Amino acid sequence: MRWSNAVPLVVLLALVLAFWRGLGRDPTVVPSPLIGRPAPQFSLPSLRDPAVLVTNAELVGQPTLVNVWGTWCVGCRAEHGMLLDLARRGVRIVGLDWKDDALAARAWLVELGDPYQLVAYDATGSVGIDWGVYGAPETFVLDKRGVIRHKHVGPLTAEEVAGTVLPLLDRLAREAP
Amino acid sequence: MSRTILAALVLMVAALAPVAAAEERSPIDNRFDASFDDPKLAARYEALNRELRCLVCQNQSIADSHAPLATDLRRQVHDMLERGATDAEIVGFMTARYGDYVMYRPPFSALTLLLWLGPFLLLGIAGALWWRAVQRRAALPDEPELP
Repeated sequence: MRWSNAVPLVVLLALVLAFWRGLGRDPTVVPSPLIGRPAPQFSLPSLRDPAVLVTNAELVGQPTLVNVWGTWCVGCRAEHGMLLDLARRGVRIVGLDWKDDALAARAWLVELGDPYQLVAYDATGSVGIDWGVYGAPETFVLDKRGVIRHKHVGPLTAEEVAGTVLPLLDRLAREAP
Repeated sequence: MSRTILAALVLMVAALAPVAAAEERSPIDNRFDASFDDPKLAARYEALNRELRCLVCQNQSIADSHAPLATDLRRQVHDMLERGATDAEIVGFMTARYGDYVMYRPPFSALTLLLWLGPFLLLGIAGALWWRAVQRRAALPDEPELP
């Protein structure tokens, strides 16, 4: 057998490998160019008290989760228990209530529990665009300096929290400020 | 035989059909009036919208999509054009937030080299194989006539 007879087999195996890997990735997840960059500047009214402004200053000092949510988003309801659990562990979570009705949002936090240290209220969704948000829920992990280190698109799952988010938060907590 | 092939094709098409995602809608509707006084701006607006991918419904440009995010992005394009931004500035704004993925024509880079040159590479390989086969056949002696 000549070596060139093996070429189609090698090509086939390469294609199988490429397609196999493609099956494993979620095509709805778009990689964010913001990873490794400081969180985009923003200044928004607080959901709880519109007279109070929430800005980037709230995102430094300790590792922080920024969770983009809305009462209209089914996935947000699904992950809410996970956020409450993270808050109980002492994780600082800042919410970004995205393109939502403020009254409904406040009622939601009363009904389901409030895991957020602060909630910024983005009525028009323009801050969401600055953060590259394309579908709630989305969760960003920020380090002590307010640099985005990880982004999760879709509801947080127990696997994602235990396998990625908590270990990363631990690592970030040990980083020099 | 041909029936088997047909069945296989039907299955393949079914598997490739996009799964209609249940669309969740925000109550905030940023609908706006994309009218321009300057027809040149309107033309650039249309052209830019066709170049930008809707990230929620990934096989549509934001010009075609009715997703709320597409509306928001169109409004962003509109507002930037009205403020006098160049096309490059608008595309830069989008890629800074959503990555090269937001562009239907990704830029030529080390990462996209295979994407851009792959088809020509395959054409070249196929051409070379065809040429070799033709040469080899020409080199064969004529087959003797069988009695």
